[in-house]
Amino acid sequence: MDSSDRIANPWGPRTPYAPGSPWPVRTDMHLAEGITEEDVERWAQSASVLHSNGDAMDIAVRGGRIVGVRGRAVDRVNRGRLGPKDLYGWQANHAPDRLTRPLVRENGRLVETDWDTAMARVVSRTRHLLDERGPGAVGFYTSGQLFLEEYYTLAVLAHAGIGTSHLDGNTRLCTATAAEALKESFGSDGQPGSYEDVDHADTIALFGHNVAETQTVLWMRMLDRLEGADPPRLVCVDPRSTPVARRADVHLAPRPGTNVALLNALLHEIIRTGRTDRAYIEAHTVGFDELASRVERCTPAWAAGICDVPAAQIERAAEILGDARRLLSTVLQGVYQSHQASAAAVQVNNLHLVRGMLGRPGCGLLQMNGQPTAQNTRECGADGDLPGFRNWQNDQHVAELARIWNVEPDRIPHHGPPTHAMQIFRYAEQGSLGMLWITGTNPAVSLPELARIRSILAQERLFVVVQDLFLTETAQLADVVLPAATWGEKTGTFTNTDRTVHLSEKAVEPPGEARPDLNIFLDFAARMDFRDKDGGPLIGWHDPEGAFAAWQRCSAGRPCDYTGLSHDRLRGGSGIQWPCTEEAFDGTARLHSDGFAHAHPDVCESYGKDLVTGATVTPVEYRSLNPDGKAVIKAAEYLPPHEDTSPDHPLQLITGRTVYHFHTRTKTGRVPELNAAAPDVWAEISPAEAAAQGLSDGDLVQVTTPRGAIRARLRTTAVRDGVVFVPFHYGYWDTPAGFRPADDVPGRAANETTITDWDPVSKQPLYKTAAARLTLVSRRDAPRSGTVDGSDGTAGSGA
Amino acid sequence: MSGIGITLRALHDGERDLEHDLLAAAERHRTEHEFHHVATDVARWSREHATRLARIGPGHGVELSGPRDHSSPGALAALREKAAEALGRRPGTGLLLLHDLRELHLAAVRNSLHWEMLAQAAQAARDQPLLDLVSACHPQTLRQMRWTNTMIKVLSPQLLTSV
Repeated sequence: MDSSDRIANPWGPRTPYAPGSPWPVRTDMHLAEGITEEDVERWAQSASVLHSNGDAMDIAVRGGRIVGVRGRAVDRVNRGRLGPKDLYGWQANHAPDRLTRPLVRENGRLVETDWDTAMARVVSRTRHLLDERGPGAVGFYTSGQLFLEEYYTLAVLAHAGIGTSHLDGNTRLCTATAAEALKESFGSDGQPGSYEDVDHADTIALFGHNVAETQTVLWMRMLDRLEGADPPRLVCVDPRSTPVARRADVHLAPRPGTNVALLNALLHEIIRTGRTDRAYIEAHTVGFDELASRVERCTPAWAAGICDVPAAQIERAAEILGDARRLLSTVLQGVYQSHQASAAAVQVNNLHLVRGMLGRPGCGLLQMNGQPTAQNTRECGADGDLPGFRNWQNDQHVAELARIWNVEPDRIPHHGPPTHAMQIFRYAEQGSLGMLWITGTNPAVSLPELARIRSILAQERLFVVVQDLFLTETAQLADVVLPAATWGEKTGTFTNTDRTVHLSEKAVEPPGEARPDLNIFLDFAARMDFRDKDGGPLIGWHDPEGAFAAWQRCSAGRPCDYTGLSHDRLRGGSGIQWPCTEEAFDGTARLHSDGFAHAHPDVCESYGKDLVTGATVTPVEYRSLNPDGKAVIKAAEYLPPHEDTSPDHPLQLITGRTVYHFHTRTKTGRVPELNAAAPDVWAEISPAEAAAQGLSDGDLVQVTTPRGAIRARLRTTAVRDGVVFVPFHYGYWDTPAGFRPADDVPGRAANETTITDWDPVSKQPLYKTAAARLTLVSRRDAPRSGTVDGSDGTAGSGA
Repeated sequence: MSGIGITLRALHDGERDLEHDLLAAAERHRTEHEFHHVATDVARWSREHATRLARIGPGHGVELSGPRDHSSPGALAALREKAAEALGRRPGTGLLLLHDLRELHLAAVRNSLHWEMLAQAAQAARDQPLLDLVSACHPQTLRQMRWTNTMIKVLSPQLLTSV
């Protein structure tokens, strides 16, 4: 296999290494056809924005255009490596259909206009709604792909400028459960572990985390350990036979929606066999007794009946987890987007707490993110939380924020939790929200139950502003479209899953009149004339460095302290992990090395929630449960999924991703190599399931749920029997109908079929717990060329 | 009938009603997705409570029927669901949701007070099986109360000021 063809071989060649030694450097590079390193005029420092791993790279520039990328060998995250999306994805910047001028809706059609006209419309509608109906009529829905400086500016203008609590990011779909699980167990958001834990671990457990496709470079690190001396043992929980599952010592493939039952059985076994660290539990946690009694009857045999996994396999997995001396666990969408998301993610935290496996090399916990800058959405408060992981129920925290912004505390809405994305759309549906400003995301493809979402966005009474690179499905439904600059066309910082902050520099000019998101927000704030309590401007900065400095002041003393960082410090070397202060100037590899200070009642971001109902715990209750600030061990009972199979809908539908695409293909679908690798939607079932229905590979099938249907080519793979998998990336921008399925024919967006249901704790929508049926539309026609058939072990998500 | 028997009956009937009311409200507010799903989940607790109360009843001189049969949703339920879909786009429906949440909360409080009475009586009478039952069930009633209270807190600002 040609190792430079990173479509055929997404992970490239191996550089094996032994435990405790540094991960060797391997520099990956891809330049445009005919360009060599000598032809490159300039390299601009950056990092990846097509997944959450934060792979550092330099952008090659020649003649004012991006001509390729090269991994940064000096960086702690990737040591020079890049994944296929990063190697090829930069080409999307130059796609011919980039938005270059603002658009406004005139007589039902979007027409080009100038910035003044477009912004005047946005400002006049905002003012009108604020006067007539108050701040509760205005909502913002942002992304996991902007930069820190942009999120913080947006958070200040929404919280203290408009005064609305209707602010969220599409991080709600990818990483809300990670944040919530960390708050529940450790009092505050903040990733405990570090990627260096891969270098030290003797056991790695992946819960619903197909790392080989979602974070290819992190999988390269794990593969290099697996190929080196004294490799770690691998435990994989996934209903699909992923590349991770195929390398695992134990692969558990539970029925979708039963993670809590499985995890409770694993905890049962670990407690029953005495593989707990009593001294650690005593010193650092509260709640162990409740967990022990909750899981007392959750035997492997009990869980086997619910999860349809052999009890002996559960026992074997518990033995490996229980015998580990340096355990690294990672968690992603198989948990976060499934039934009882937060309750299950919290049980993985509990596994580490009862085994005392946190805060030391190799003893790591990574509640992963999906998107590149999701961490910043969370810490800056663009997900609606108060910036700097402050607690809306703690008046001292609100007062502190009011001092930083120089406003009265009552100007910052804190009478309740922030409004999450799904509820914002509900308020729009029901009519109490009059304006929705969407930045850098595509809900008309990514949210569940798309017919409903389209009908909400298309309402006459809802004023929709969309700020994006392309005329996405969502933008086609907007009243005003603002053309945005993207990665490589603006400067800012962002933070990956393991808290590593990177600088991303402007390499080239944005196309036409497109502007950085930061400039658009600053322009809006200036036009709205937001003032502080002394009459000065609420937002006093004018550029990325000014925004970064303002954020540093806001982060000071909080768990995500950035005071030791600056754009200058991040230039040239490796990314740095927060908290980074004068005392911890080189950053902080692991949190919780000496206790759980962030869980103290005076410090914590959240007092927690009921893991079944989502009801908030009061400050008084939290203080009496956890007066000294220890980790909270929270038990949860298993509940049956809200939508189970029936004779009409005998299969369980789960959606997911392929290594070649990001989100709704807005960028990756415009990259020739990536598009060719996975050009269209498919549906995956097991060979046994296909045989039972008389179906074969390549047949055109229809997947139907109570919400709707899609059509896709069938692939048979080693997925669990009774499960159908559909990748969610595919929408309609590259089809004749533009933003929806063609008339009278089922579409291809997986979310036509998904259920509107979310985890009541994290509010993350559940994309992996619905019932469906699969029927034949037509037999496979003549073999198609140019498509990947999914049988070679690397293609699409069949891998 | 003893005082404990009378209280068991009152609580049993209260749990039966609460299960029914939660499920009916869940149907009525299908377009309020979180309410719909969680109401269905916590209705299961009331059903279990009614079952367990019926089991312990005879020992205290009361025959209790246990939870209602709801094998088929019925025409009325289907009608309620249809009405919910149609009303989901009208702001006024939000007020109806707040009204339902208030009633559900009050019903849970009433049940909670009965659990409290039984807990006290069980301790005084050193009735361990009854005390075990209360210890197992009362926390779930308190969770029903906290949930309805949280939902009211979260939804009121929008539904009362922006409509």
